[in-house]
Amino acid sequence: MPPAKSAKITGNIHLDYTLLFIQMLNGVQLGLLLFLVASGLTLVFGILDFVNLAHGSIYMIGAFIGASLTFITGNFLLAVLIALPITGLVGFLIERLVARTLYTRNHLDHVLGTFGLILVLDTSAHLIWGPEGIAVPLPAWLDGRVELFEGVVVPTFRLLIIGTGLAVAAGLYWLVNFTKLGMLIRAGASNRTMVSALGIDISTLFALVFALGAMLAGLAGMLISPITEASISMGGEIIITAFVVIIVGGIGSMKGAFIAAIVIGLIDTLGRSFLDDMFQLFMSPQAAETSAPAVSAMLIYIIMAVILAFRPQGLFPPKVR
Amino acid sequence: MKRLITAALAATMLTAPSFAAEVKIGFVTTLTTGAAVIGNDMQKAVDLAIEHMGGKMGDLDVNLIYADDGFKPETGKQATDKLVKQDNVDFVTGFIWSHVLLASRKSVLDAGKFLISTNAGPSPVAGKLCHKNFFSTSWQNDQTPMAMGEVLNQQGVKSLYIMAPNYAAGKNMVAGVERTFKGEILGRDLTKWGADAQLDFSAELAKAKASGAEGLFVFYPGKAGGAFIKQYQQAGLRDTMPLYTVFTVDGLSIPKLQAANFEAVLGSRTTGHWAPSMDNPQNNRFVADFKAKHGTYPSNYAAQSYDAMFLIKSAVEAVGGDLSDMDAMRAALKAANYESVRGPYTYGNNHMPVQNFYLQEIVKDADGIWYKKNVATVYENHVDPYASECSMN
Repeated sequence: MPPAKSAKITGNIHLDYTLLFIQMLNGVQLGLLLFLVASGLTLVFGILDFVNLAHGSIYMIGAFIGASLTFITGNFLLAVLIALPITGLVGFLIERLVARTLYTRNHLDHVLGTFGLILVLDTSAHLIWGPEGIAVPLPAWLDGRVELFEGVVVPTFRLLIIGTGLAVAAGLYWLVNFTKLGMLIRAGASNRTMVSALGIDISTLFALVFALGAMLAGLAGMLISPITEASISMGGEIIITAFVVIIVGGIGSMKGAFIAAIVIGLIDTLGRSFLDDMFQLFMSPQAAETSAPAVSAMLIYIIMAVILAFRPQGLFPPKVR
Repeated sequence: MKRLITAALAATMLTAPSFAAEVKIGFVTTLTTGAAVIGNDMQKAVDLAIEHMGGKMGDLDVNLIYADDGFKPETGKQATDKLVKQDNVDFVTGFIWSHVLLASRKSVLDAGKFLISTNAGPSPVAGKLCHKNFFSTSWQNDQTPMAMGEVLNQQGVKSLYIMAPNYAAGKNMVAGVERTFKGEILGRDLTKWGADAQLDFSAELAKAKASGAEGLFVFYPGKAGGAFIKQYQQAGLRDTMPLYTVFTVDGLSIPKLQAANFEAVLGSRTTGHWAPSMDNPQNNRFVADFKAKHGTYPSNYAAQSYDAMFLIKSAVEAVGGDLSDMDAMRAALKAANYESVRGPYTYGNNHMPVQNFYLQEIVKDADGIWYKKNVATVYENHVDPYASECSMN
């Protein structure tokens, strides 16, 4: 067998700042998507004290509903606007039918119950939409690129994701801190008995929180599907990372989820971009390119392990507890 | 001790005269996860093959058992073990994934049964681990990208950036194109693969762009292919860095890409041993009936699976249905004396097909449906690079 010409890589991709900037942008975009999923998860986990493994499946359902509506309406943005309340409704129904009966049980029962829910939702999606997934077309004005400044050209749609993510983060900040609903949510999280004793319908409140979380996850699914596509296994791909985010950020903390999501997004993207070049400094190119993807896939878990060891409550634990 | 008993059992089964009125075939493929789209296409082709045979191979009824590998080597091995030990099949076939095949091959071969890969072709099974009872109806992983490397040389591409998933076949594909490509390789990314594979390639595409390479070579089978093509188009690399793919734009992703109107794939080029456009009676019948039944062109996965059924049929008929005559069946398999949808081919010493590889282009057919068409022959009767490492002759 002729030897594979592996030594041909010339390694002229040194660190240039344009590339670094683009990769940071990519990292922030991934982080904001993670935030959309993690914010719903941390709301439900932190406020309802409910472990929802099926949160990733709601993300998938949102993507599929958005994809189908894109083909029906012929307009991606319109489809997202219609799909959001539908996904919220799905979340509301899941809360009523499944989650509600589990609130008083322990976390292991939550895990078992919602794991079953994953199987049901994934198989339903398989039956409704088939295994092949749906590629989502974008309108022409979103499908292009923008030159931010000399040499930095990024796809328009990725900027839209960044913009939407930041807007949602601001909206949530306002909702939780400056509205009556937000006040009730925070109060319900600290002492749900007292809130219901004051005449607040706590069960409706919780259902609303659950539906809000579902909408956020669904939005993330709809935003990612034009980049990857709507597919059955997409929920499983993100849910673990979303849990890492809320553990690092501090369970129940919106601020923690936001910062941790951005940090994890950056670490993951920069690890994938530059780790193999860094490894080549002290190992053979062949070993570096095989081990770098493996190590960069592990990076975020290493971060989580370190955080858990030194600060088990997470970086920004909520003050209410 | 346990192994002794197994061996003894296997031995009795081999020596006992077989009066089976049926031929049992186990088909291992992916029927769950997003990769089920490949498994489903294979299943459709196998069912069509059985239908075309009238449900019989010679005088024997065909008893087909599908098994799901869940896109995981360990699940694939368990499914294979069940087929071999519990169902006691005569042939084990299927296998999309190289890592699943590598994990499962021993279970089949140690039990003295035939193993016929309908897709996976990792380098070890063609080289050092070649086996008298292993055959392939596809190719060795390196061959298709080697043909692509030749195409790149012919088109005068001087520098290349490479992306592939980080698993056995991904590495083979990369090794294949690097073996024949004469220009400079400016960078290489192996991305995470498996049930939670990486599908967002923003970081890698940014690196590829920064490298300034004249071409981008990728291998992303299954749903990752569609995802990759879209991001490539969105990143606007089409004009500066032409795309050269193997097993990425295929029969499975093309209909989806057409539905979403990703015109970037039209005119894009790939290499392969088969295309639905090939004109021979067996292929015309296969493609026409597949299209009539399922509304899409069959993929290469389907074509290879369809072939495997007819290859097995040729062996069963050669021994007049006496499935205990392994030597005669093996000789019949090796002769490849059946109508293949790719046209005639032969088997090399390592039981990998010795066949032509073509340059292919994505074009519209007469009805405006996008499909893959052969445009030129790159290799004639190509022998894979690992054949010399195989001790069989």
